[in-house]
Amino acid sequence: MIMQSSIFPLLAILAPLAGIPGMMSSKNANVREAWTFASAFATFALALVLLPGVLDGTEYTLTIAPVIPAVPLALKVDSLGMLFAMVSTPLWIVTSLYSIGYMRGLHEPNQTRYFCCFALAISATVGVAFSANLFTMYLFYEMLSFATYPLVTHHQDPEARVSGRKYLLYIVGGSIGLALPAMIIVFSMAGTLDFLPQGVLVGTNIGAGLMAVLVVMFIFGFAKAGVMPFHSWLPAAMVAPTPVSALLHAVAVVKVGVFSVVRVLTGILGVDLLAHFHLSTLISGIAAVTILTASLIALSQKELKRRLAFSTIGQLSYIILGVGLLTPKGITGGMVHIAMHAFGKITLFFCAGAIFVGAGKKYIPDMVGIGRRMPVTMTAFFIGSLSVIGIPLTGGFFSKWYMLQGALDSGQWIFMVVLLVSSLLNAAYFLPIVYKAFFCTDEESLFEPVVKEAPIHCLVPLCITAIVSVVLFFFPDVFRTLAELAVEG
Amino acid sequence: MHESLPILSALIFFPLGAAFLLMFMRGGDWTYRSFTLIVGIIECLIALPLIFGFQLDNPPPYQFVERMAWIPQWGLEYHLAVDGMSLLMIILSVALLPLCVLCSWTYIGKRVKEFHVNLLIMTAACVGIFAAMDFILFYIFWEAMLIPMYLLIAVWGGPERRYASIKFFLYTLAGSVLLLVAIIAFNYVGSTFQIPELTAMAGEGKFSESFQLWTFLAMSLAFAIKVPMFPFHTWLPAAHVQAPSAGSVLLASVLLKMGAYGFLRFSLPLCPQGSIEMAPIMIAISIASIIYGGFVALGQNDVKKLIAYSSVAHMGFVTLGIFMFHQQGGEGAIMVMLNHGIVTGALFMMVGAIYERSHSREIFDNMGLGKYLPAFMGFFGIFALSSFGFPGMNSFVGEALVLIGAFDSNLWWGFLCIPGAMLAAAYMLRLGLKMAWGEPPSPAGKNWADLNVREWVYLTPLAFLVFYIGLAPGLTMRVVTPSIEKVLEGFPDSGTMDGRTIVNLQEEHRQGLGEAMAEDGLTLSSAE
Repeated sequence: MIMQSSIFPLLAILAPLAGIPGMMSSKNANVREAWTFASAFATFALALVLLPGVLDGTEYTLTIAPVIPAVPLALKVDSLGMLFAMVSTPLWIVTSLYSIGYMRGLHEPNQTRYFCCFALAISATVGVAFSANLFTMYLFYEMLSFATYPLVTHHQDPEARVSGRKYLLYIVGGSIGLALPAMIIVFSMAGTLDFLPQGVLVGTNIGAGLMAVLVVMFIFGFAKAGVMPFHSWLPAAMVAPTPVSALLHAVAVVKVGVFSVVRVLTGILGVDLLAHFHLSTLISGIAAVTILTASLIALSQKELKRRLAFSTIGQLSYIILGVGLLTPKGITGGMVHIAMHAFGKITLFFCAGAIFVGAGKKYIPDMVGIGRRMPVTMTAFFIGSLSVIGIPLTGGFFSKWYMLQGALDSGQWIFMVVLLVSSLLNAAYFLPIVYKAFFCTDEESLFEPVVKEAPIHCLVPLCITAIVSVVLFFFPDVFRTLAELAVEG
Repeated sequence: MHESLPILSALIFFPLGAAFLLMFMRGGDWTYRSFTLIVGIIECLIALPLIFGFQLDNPPPYQFVERMAWIPQWGLEYHLAVDGMSLLMIILSVALLPLCVLCSWTYIGKRVKEFHVNLLIMTAACVGIFAAMDFILFYIFWEAMLIPMYLLIAVWGGPERRYASIKFFLYTLAGSVLLLVAIIAFNYVGSTFQIPELTAMAGEGKFSESFQLWTFLAMSLAFAIKVPMFPFHTWLPAAHVQAPSAGSVLLASVLLKMGAYGFLRFSLPLCPQGSIEMAPIMIAISIASIIYGGFVALGQNDVKKLIAYSSVAHMGFVTLGIFMFHQQGGEGAIMVMLNHGIVTGALFMMVGAIYERSHSREIFDNMGLGKYLPAFMGFFGIFALSSFGFPGMNSFVGEALVLIGAFDSNLWWGFLCIPGAMLAAAYMLRLGLKMAWGEPPSPAGKNWADLNVREWVYLTPLAFLVFYIGLAPGLTMRVVTPSIEKVLEGFPDSGTMDGRTIVNLQEEHRQGLGEAMAEDGLTLSSAE
């Protein structure tokens, strides 16, 4: 492991912010969007510059400011952080393109505020990915909560307001009520909050009971991870415009939640120490309950975005379950699933938005025959569902394969059953949509031939992410290598 | 250098002299305002040598000492000095003077000259309180501060100013009387009024346990009213709501800190036994203040009342930090004092600014302003976020340190504080979000002007401090740490850190980790 000081992590966090003054001052919408793209590409490029080094085992570090003694505001780019950055930064570019089509297609108001908050949210997301210690991560985590609030309440109607309040209640309540005290307990025991390969609690006199309490506090406290019963902000937050749901509620916000949980389990509490106290069953058990419950609820949802939301809740817990198995294969699978699920689920959200822009439909029973009018969208939807279900030729297969192996290695066959059953449930709530979209008689079809595909701005992004989902099956190496490096420590 | 120049005396007598001059001045309101502003700026310049001359490395217990006989037959001396904690409080009091003048520039319309005379006398008295090292001198400043504050509320206050000012006066006076009794008792037993001498005697155990208990109770009532601790807090919301902006700012930023300062300067060092005996009760009351203040703040529709109750909760963190007798907790207490002074002061200034526009302090008359007053809401957002301890901003540092102390001393104290932290987020978010995006927006809002230059000038330095202390509290901490170490000398450390600083702890931990890894596997010291 080579440590190298570098300014690039900070630049990657600042790049999204750099565009905000430009966005706010632009009089012309095209100029404003040019600023968004410029900062999106800059952010991705800055992360990409560090990728080869990270793949060679280098860690880039930067201490910004000493805050509390022994707890500086510090950045570190390691393989796990890089994996997350490689997911969130390229998807911002795609989502920006999609946002333009969607927001203009629906003539949404307050677009400048929307794009500025989006940039702020991405900055916070990269910050979480590149944090060197729990305090820095907590800072960016909270920053993300507040950056996304205006996005969730974008429509400023009573429904958005109620959802926004719920969103803050769960997210901020969880972080202050559970994650903050857990962080302080860890600090007062270990005297440090740095992410270390062994965890920071080795050598302290922590017992199994307190360790279990900490695990629970962190998993529920990072409520962005949507672990039940702290999940109900996520379906509520679906009132946001679809690109927000897509990037933030399939990628950035929710993945920041699971990423934080994964970071804490591996870098703070320590995999070996968790295994020592036999806490695997507790972590994976919490996740398993969420997976099955969320999948069952998803079956019964009529609104497409709500079904996707519950599917997301289930899929997020896959990641926690994978890491909670505490075997190398399981942890690798969980980490890779961050990427695989992101590309699959963002495709699905893009499709849901495209259907809304193109056909004005939100409810699944209204979508019979839509595949004939919007073939590209529904094909992409099909690919996205396959990836989320985890069927070969899509990236999602890869991570599930690893997780199943991990479950076998740990000897906890029950989690294998959970994974398989939930895959069936995933198929049960996605495939009928696709089936009814394409296979119906002309009489059954609810759509006139005038209904066409959504604007090209919407279509291109969802094709890109669908193709990437397939490509990841054949070339998963970047993400797999990063995850394996993270596991080896 | 600083032995030769009586900087502390200058800080006290310069504004007093200026107040005297101002009284006999003839001219327009503008002249009075700008005169006071210039005096305020010069006062800040006088304080500069205090900041730069303060010895950080191996500091002597008291710096900038000025000592001369005053009334020798009674043993009274004119004795001024500062240590880390009083230094910060003096800087805060002095720096607020020009800001208060600026924020009252258009707010105060009547008796402008008298208002500024009061402000100047207040500042002198505040500096005096924090610098006095003679118990009677301290008491004189303590009482002297009452009159200008009473006048600020009673003359320039809102419709119920009589009630509020009398209540403020009576509460504070009731406490002060007992404080005087304690001072005389100390003189009777220790036959000196000098605080350093009395502190040394207490350290040697000259005071009996029952004596300590009674003096502790007498002094602490005065301080608890001033802080204010639940259930002695009822004067505070009344006073805050009725006081003019500058009055509220001084009340929140400086006056409340006098109580906490009293605990740290007198109660703990002079009555260590009494403090230890009473600590469980003080901690219980502190936690009650945190939670009670938070809940009541959540229910307020008057912005000033909401911030007033939030002060009760924040000051609960301060007293909790003090009475845990924990190094980090104590440092946190002083940081909360300082940060609360900055943030709450700023919030009260902003409430004053919006009151000048809407002529109402109700949340519901000031909603949906994000669109019309973006700069105003931007500043308000910064201070509101900081107020509930957003990481990376100043209040977080103090609250986190108090929480570290609480969790380290007793897990339950820590857990009991957490609802308070959540409530803080709840009421500040409710306030901030309603003001920024609330529906329906105030109809007159679109006619209101955004911040003008004067408002930018007094808000920018405070916003800068929010981030400076939030991101780089190192310098401030170096001032604070030795004075807390001194206060806690002779106290049994309640935490598992055993008085070790966190940096030591981290080094030990790193070594332990290295050994553990060297043994090729896990070694858990006492888990099994």
